[in-house]
Amino acid sequence: MKSFIDAYSWINLRYLLEGLWITVEVSVASVILSFILGSFLGIIRYTKIKYVSAIVGFIIDLIRNLPLLLIIFFTYFGLPNFGFKPEIIPATILAMTIFESTMLAEIIRSGIQAVPNGQMEGARANGLTYWQAMFQIILPQAYKKMIPALVSQFISLIKDTSLATIIVLPDLTYHAQIIYGQNANYIIPMFLALAVMYFIVCYGLSVLANYIDRRLA
Amino acid sequence: MITILSDHWQELLTGLGWTLLSSVLALIFSLIIGSLFAIMEVTESKVARTIARIYIEIFRNIPLLVITSFFYLVIPMYIVKVNGFTAGTIGLTIYTSAFIAETVRSGIQSVDPGQMEGARANGLTFWQAMSNVILPQAFLLVIPPLGNQFVNLVKNSSVLAFVAGFDLMYQANNIASITFDTINSYMVVGVLYLIITMPISYYMRYLEKRLA
Repeated sequence: MKSFIDAYSWINLRYLLEGLWITVEVSVASVILSFILGSFLGIIRYTKIKYVSAIVGFIIDLIRNLPLLLIIFFTYFGLPNFGFKPEIIPATILAMTIFESTMLAEIIRSGIQAVPNGQMEGARANGLTYWQAMFQIILPQAYKKMIPALVSQFISLIKDTSLATIIVLPDLTYHAQIIYGQNANYIIPMFLALAVMYFIVCYGLSVLANYIDRRLA
Repeated sequence: MITILSDHWQELLTGLGWTLLSSVLALIFSLIIGSLFAIMEVTESKVARTIARIYIEIFRNIPLLVITSFFYLVIPMYIVKVNGFTAGTIGLTIYTSAFIAETVRSGIQSVDPGQMEGARANGLTFWQAMSNVILPQAFLLVIPPLGNQFVNLVKNSSVLAFVAGFDLMYQANNIASITFDTINSYMVVGVLYLIITMPISYYMRYLEKRLA
């Protein structure tokens, strides 16, 4: 019991929270970037531009089917061989963006497909160009329908940032490892703290998403 | 790439074997555990529903790495000595079972409720109706998402590399550190992962289209 109280000393808790902050920073940056890139890729894949869509689609499938860990390794240890050496945090954000944008691209493509064809036809018949109709009529409806799927992808993104501890990203998981590395009695308290912190962030996000979804429906 | 393949094919093959073994074991066990929790979620008992809900929400919202390293570090301290492979597979099973429970539950709920009522009216008990009438139909509906879960499992099994689980990712790191040829080592392993995951995910997409 005493080790529990010791483990949650102010210094340790502050150290964990600093880690949580890095996790949140990396996640938010990756969510924003991968949402933009993913929308772009999803639209390209949906639009069926000759050759381009097929090639982009194939690349999306390749990346989607690789482990994220491999992509993280590749970005951090492989890219320097091409003369580009990102720091740890940018490398993590880059790897997460590459991987998650392909996951999001699929969600966005199926979201666009779920919008009834009549919407596009009606918009075109009213004189909008294809891209005007896409951005002003189709996408807003598609995003609204996609909220649950998008949010669960964002949650898995947050969880997946923990994989970047392998390239020593100083995130929540890594900081916990440092703390229990110093004292084996702290292992269980630290795992409990990890579980609680990740749970609060991820579950909180899904509760928020349900609330938004209900408000919009 | 060719030199890596010809020099290290033994390690790569063992890695592939461990990755597949861990994924298949985790799939089997998480199907069993996940289905149990899915059934608990559709029973009338409030206690069972709450327990299932708590289990699913907890393990869906905690990173796989945290679950896996918990089993790797804590089980040996108190219960029994386990190697990285076992701890990793247990972690994978528990993590995946929460997702499979959600998938199977949605399958059960999309079976017409008349099926259950009809089965009960014909004298079957709840469990008989569930296992003989509802589940077979539910599983048929959720084959594509379950297949995608298996793809995720194969990809997620790369966390075994964190706990020295001898899997493909672990071998990739070893080969990369022996040969200093990071790019080609990771590319070879990437291709091996794709050989497993791509056909399954394309087949599942085909099935999805056919079922829809």
